[in-house]
Amino acid sequence: MDIVLLSRLQFAAATMFHFLFVPLTLGLSIMIAIMETKYARTGEKIYLSMTKFWGKIFLINFGLGIVTGITLEFQFGTNWSRYSAFVGDIFGALLAIEASAAFFLESTLIGVWIFGWQKLSPKAHAAVMWLIAGASTISAVWIIIANSWMQHPVGYILRNGRAELSDFSAVIFQKFAVLQFLHTISAAYIVSAFFVMGISAYHLLKNQSVQFFTKSFRIGLIFGLIFSVFTAIEGDMHGVHVSEVQPAKLAAMEAHWETATRAPLTLFAIPDEKNERNLIEIGAIPGLLSFLGYHDINAEVKGLKDFPREERPPVLIPLFSFRTMVGLGSMFILLTIIGWFKRNRLLQSPLYLKVMLLSIPLPYIAIEAGWVLAEVGRQPWIVHGIMKTSDAVSPLAASQVLISLIAFILVYGLLGIAGFYLIIKNAKKNPVL
Amino acid sequence: MELQTIWFFLWGLLWAIFFMTDGFDFGIGLLYPFLGKNDLEKRIMINSIGPLWNGNEVWLITAGGVTFAAFPRAYSIMFSSLYSGLMLILFALILRGVAFEFRGKVDKKSWRNIWDISIFTGSLLPALLFGIVFANIFKGLPLDRAGVFQGSFFDLLNLYGILGGLLFLFLFLFHGAVWLSIKTDGDLHERAVSTAVRIWPLLLISSVLFLVSSWFYTKLYDNFFAKPAFFLDILLTVMALFASIFFIKRKNLFRAWFSSSIIIAGSVFFGIIGLYPDMLPSNISAEFSITAHNASSSPLTLKIMLIVVIIFIPAVIAYQAWAYNLFKGKVTEKDLSYDEAY
Repeated sequence: MDIVLLSRLQFAAATMFHFLFVPLTLGLSIMIAIMETKYARTGEKIYLSMTKFWGKIFLINFGLGIVTGITLEFQFGTNWSRYSAFVGDIFGALLAIEASAAFFLESTLIGVWIFGWQKLSPKAHAAVMWLIAGASTISAVWIIIANSWMQHPVGYILRNGRAELSDFSAVIFQKFAVLQFLHTISAAYIVSAFFVMGISAYHLLKNQSVQFFTKSFRIGLIFGLIFSVFTAIEGDMHGVHVSEVQPAKLAAMEAHWETATRAPLTLFAIPDEKNERNLIEIGAIPGLLSFLGYHDINAEVKGLKDFPREERPPVLIPLFSFRTMVGLGSMFILLTIIGWFKRNRLLQSPLYLKVMLLSIPLPYIAIEAGWVLAEVGRQPWIVHGIMKTSDAVSPLAASQVLISLIAFILVYGLLGIAGFYLIIKNAKKNPVL
Repeated sequence: MELQTIWFFLWGLLWAIFFMTDGFDFGIGLLYPFLGKNDLEKRIMINSIGPLWNGNEVWLITAGGVTFAAFPRAYSIMFSSLYSGLMLILFALILRGVAFEFRGKVDKKSWRNIWDISIFTGSLLPALLFGIVFANIFKGLPLDRAGVFQGSFFDLLNLYGILGGLLFLFLFLFHGAVWLSIKTDGDLHERAVSTAVRIWPLLLISSVLFLVSSWFYTKLYDNFFAKPAFFLDILLTVMALFASIFFIKRKNLFRAWFSSSIIIAGSVFFGIIGLYPDMLPSNISAEFSITAHNASSSPLTLKIMLIVVIIFIPAVIAYQAWAYNLFKGKVTEKDLSYDEAY
């Protein structure tokens, strides 16, 4: 097999596995900090039990997120050495800042939080969780700034055969990074909200620890409702900016071949990339694509045919991942609005609780789909417009990457099973009050 | 001093801190199957590093991140050239980390056995491989004009490389045994002390062998003869080596551990000083070597990153010192009775 494809598969496997754990860490840390703060302020035991119950699940998840994150930082060097040498001046700096400013703090404090119950006052212990939540968020900020630079490189000059930093603040404050960060973090809060609501629903359906899980469910519901709506509105703004700076991505995710004004949005299509057309198109809504891309129903939307073939992203994957993300995202708004009306009679709504239990995986699917869209839609570029993915790989033998890819799948597969088993085991336990 | 030189030594310093801190975690993992006679002792061993190992491991991420930021060419060539070795280290670290978290979460012997094996191999492989890798870097790698590694993983397993691996192994075993003796009392404490005493001669022999063979296999000593003041590093390391056993005999275990940290840092700096300005010397031709000058980032990036580390690294050291201090004292059965203990 081809080394570029193998390296891409390995990076995709490692990143997507890592990203199963990151969103829950980002959101659950804040919810736990809220619960623990309530305990520290009021001394009510129920909030301590909530902190401990959700904390246990949090720690299993956090541990997996940390260990799978370590490999990612090194994979740029191991598998994408030409990329690393080309962009290290900017991209490497962003990763190093992430490690020294954020990763250190969360990793050091997690040990303090786990083992510090007897050594710190309740208030100080709660403060540690706030710091962990804050450090995780700052960590996400820097990683997303780094990714945004790959999506929309700014603040650089090409010199000495590489991209060198020319304007640091342009890199860290660029619009793409702000929009992508807000989109990712709010989506991560939806993951966490549905996780908490789903597990609470499981216990409420069994009619156990009702007060405990009603409180937990409501914390999840508030998060879920606010951020489902926020993510959608913010996602629309993000989409407009993507259309502006990555028009090929917009065309690919809509299977939009011919440049047109008042471009229609096709609800469903099966693209035929070879013949530059769609085999099936269902439900074209006139002007909607122009509106989504540019907030103007008469705007011109560039079609794929107007990009040189070797600069077009694949169509099928972005098309489906976009629809998955948006479809599920709309469902989250609906489910949390229903939840809002049922919030005072959850026990009387077993069907709703069942739906919420079964919905736990959906935000995970949506958030992974969003990243697939962002990354596959950027192809064939690794750094948009300046370096192609095919020019970025390490000079390795394909067999080396094949072996490590198999090792990744095996090790991560087993870790996934063990982690999943432990999370389920702890989630099903009736909490000690 | 020019920026590249400052960054070169910072690069060395971060690796040294990583080995000083995570080094005793590796040592505990290596001693784990031998000193932990029952589940209680095993748990005391992992809880002795429980609150700290995670933060210690981040020094590796930072050492890697700083290599990426300050010397992108060195980062890309180092990690792609040493692909198989690094992948083994990463998988080992993943298993070790997960094992600490997972081991106590299911009360079954077969479950614990899986993670016990992971803790040992997850400590053994990094200890050996980091030693092998760094010794090979000191010796020079087969890098061609384009910086492409013209060799295989098995080329790293030469005599000097293996000596480096053994040196690291004994450094970490000793460091871990001293740490364990600080953190325990009773029978386990006695065994930890006597283990440290028994490892010490092996550490002495491997250090001497490494210093002597470096004369024959590497050019490290050139820099020392050019600036004899650098011999102070070797002198200090040897003094720390003898101080460590002295302090163990005197039952002054914290000082013994501190001396052991100095041995590790001194050993790393022996290589770092000897390498300068090379980061990855080529043994095909000196002009192909990756140096602090031809591998560095732009002056702007080096300056920004310098500000970043001047702010954050002291802060990290401060809050890690706070955490170490918070969890000082011996690990007792009472500590293990809490729900959250490993």
